[in-house]
Amino acid sequence: MSVGVLFFLSSGLFLGWSLGANDAANVFGTAVGSRMVRFRTAAAICSVFVILGATFGGAGAAHTLGRLGAVNQLAGAFTVALAAALTTFVMTRLGLPVSTSQAVVGAIIGWNLYAGMVTDTGALSRILLSWVLCPVLAAVTAVVFYGGLRRVLESSRVHLLRQDSAVRWGLIIVGAFGSYSLGANNIANVMGVFMPDNPFADREVLGWTITGVQQLFLLGGVAVAVGVLTYSGKVIRTVGGGLMRLSPEAALVVVLAQSVVLFVFASEGLEHWLASRGLPTVPLVPVSSSQAVVGAILGLGLLKTGRGVRWRPLGEIGAGWLATPVVAGVVGFFLLFFVDNVFDQDVAGAGRYRIDAAVVERLANDHFDATPLADLIGYDETNALRLQHSLEQEGLERAFVQAIIARAEVTLIHIDLDRVNLELDTDWLALDQVRAVRSLAGRRFEHDWQLQDALAIASPLWRPRPESALNRLWNRELRQKQQYVERLFVDHDAP
Amino acid sequence: MPIFRNTRSIEHKIDEFFDAVNEGALVFRDAIDSYLGERAQDFEQKLALLDKLESRADRLSREVEAALYSQSLIPEHRGDVLGLLEHSDDIIDRAQTCMQRFDVEQPRIPQRWHDHYQRLAESSYRCAEAAIMAARRFFREPAAVSDYLFKVHHYEGESDQVGLELRRGVFSDPELDLAHRQHLRYFAEAIDRVADVSEAVADRLAIYVIKRRM
Repeated sequence: MSVGVLFFLSSGLFLGWSLGANDAANVFGTAVGSRMVRFRTAAAICSVFVILGATFGGAGAAHTLGRLGAVNQLAGAFTVALAAALTTFVMTRLGLPVSTSQAVVGAIIGWNLYAGMVTDTGALSRILLSWVLCPVLAAVTAVVFYGGLRRVLESSRVHLLRQDSAVRWGLIIVGAFGSYSLGANNIANVMGVFMPDNPFADREVLGWTITGVQQLFLLGGVAVAVGVLTYSGKVIRTVGGGLMRLSPEAALVVVLAQSVVLFVFASEGLEHWLASRGLPTVPLVPVSSSQAVVGAILGLGLLKTGRGVRWRPLGEIGAGWLATPVVAGVVGFFLLFFVDNVFDQDVAGAGRYRIDAAVVERLANDHFDATPLADLIGYDETNALRLQHSLEQEGLERAFVQAIIARAEVTLIHIDLDRVNLELDTDWLALDQVRAVRSLAGRRFEHDWQLQDALAIASPLWRPRPESALNRLWNRELRQKQQYVERLFVDHDAP
Repeated sequence: MPIFRNTRSIEHKIDEFFDAVNEGALVFRDAIDSYLGERAQDFEQKLALLDKLESRADRLSREVEAALYSQSLIPEHRGDVLGLLEHSDDIIDRAQTCMQRFDVEQPRIPQRWHDHYQRLAESSYRCAEAAIMAARRFFREPAAVSDYLFKVHHYEGESDQVGLELRRGVFSDPELDLAHRQHLRYFAEAIDRVADVSEAVADRLAIYVIKRRM
């Protein structure tokens, strides 16, 4: 294991630690705040389940690099993760529950600006939506659940002590599931980017194989758990009692509402299940557990006409949400400048964009009017922002410009037969998909979409399906597989 | 279910506690009856039983308190529940104190006032019984507590009324000297105090029920 990799890994671990310190409040904040579960107990349960989730539940993310995968250099990923971790740490120090994912997205935007990459405006609008929609959905769900629970409790005539016990177990079980999901869903963002340089080899323990990726994720999970155990108290206090005094029943309603909102409004699996049975689907919206928890608490507060809600901390939390991606972006930009110029590390691989005949033809096939591009054939650029600027100067529409940049990006790919035989994950890819990759052995591609097109011709299993609720899951997995194949065969030795 | 095994034991103790207090109130009424009927041996037995019930209620109350604190149970309502047990315990304490005074001071109660004392003991007992029922309901069906609170206030009013009648009658009774009158008033007040502490339980319960509404 090289010292360099270990060093770069450290910022991922710091990001994991910050995540644990901030996000534990989303799953156990209300349980601790309502004095139903002691902090130590909550932290211990959360830590164990976060590690389990990261190690075993994170396996689904084992082929994705997480959000940081957009950053094409390890030193850049290190710096972006550091910026996100520092931002989350500062917010945690202030006791504010914020979204770690949004800190990461903000830091990536900082990297985009530094590296001259184009930022996906969809990512920004998703963040904006999550600030508004997610708390509103969580608030409404919490109010509905609260009314339902009240009715159930009033009619069930359960003894106060038994009710207390049931609520306590409910909080522990929901918290444990939430912790497992926390580990499983976020580990790719913490450790995914280090997978190509994974220093761990597969190991046999008591007849059980623990893969290198699982060991990497275990390490990330331990970092999250240490964050929970050592520094989660502040945000837990804010969520558990800083906004409003919560009864144990209200505490349970808040975590249930948060879990349900995350499951119903963010689960492509549920959407697929409903669509495959001909049932109406729920529109998917960007959600964040931090924003859902705060929304649910506020919903219960407003149910009691706002009495008992402490508005000042709520305002601080709102300001923290706005500040998180912005601060992460600015910090990321300056850190990248520092790492690039002071430590002389390559933080952004040189991008290359070339408008050639194939790009123009492809755009025409995609029903764009490619005639204005005739004069631009042969245009070569290393900075996406400059390319964007030039194209906009030509009077082209923004959507067309984005399509041109996406098609013009040069990714040199060589399907090496040795790699197909030795490295291709034949467990994850379907047999027909593996055959299709093998049939392309020896071929070279200049753009990633050329490889995608070639694969789609070779096998129907490499073809995207029309966008619909039923096909969303298929298309997402297909994109992950396409990216995996591209990463595996990208030709680093090409001139 | 195994997860309720622990709470079941505490639930059982709380139920036993209220059984002891309720039985104590019943024994209190019967003991006054025995005293007025000059059944000395019967009175002694009832007094001994009351002592036993009072000790049992004290022990159960302490055990419940220890369990609630040591296991951090019902953090939101722990104070209220312990307050409720403490005030309910006052009912049997007052009943025991009153009976001990009967035993020690042996008041001479003229036959013509027996009916008043019996009615006073009956309404005090009814008041305590309604308060205990309300307290039991608090744990399972807080919405139903108010039905019993109404009864508590009714019987407390009745005992106040009978007590007032008794005091007026005693103080206007020409056959009694002042010391005797004061002694009889003192016992009327002691019996009435059982209804007063029962009403105090009801007043607290009314607040606890509001707090229990989520």
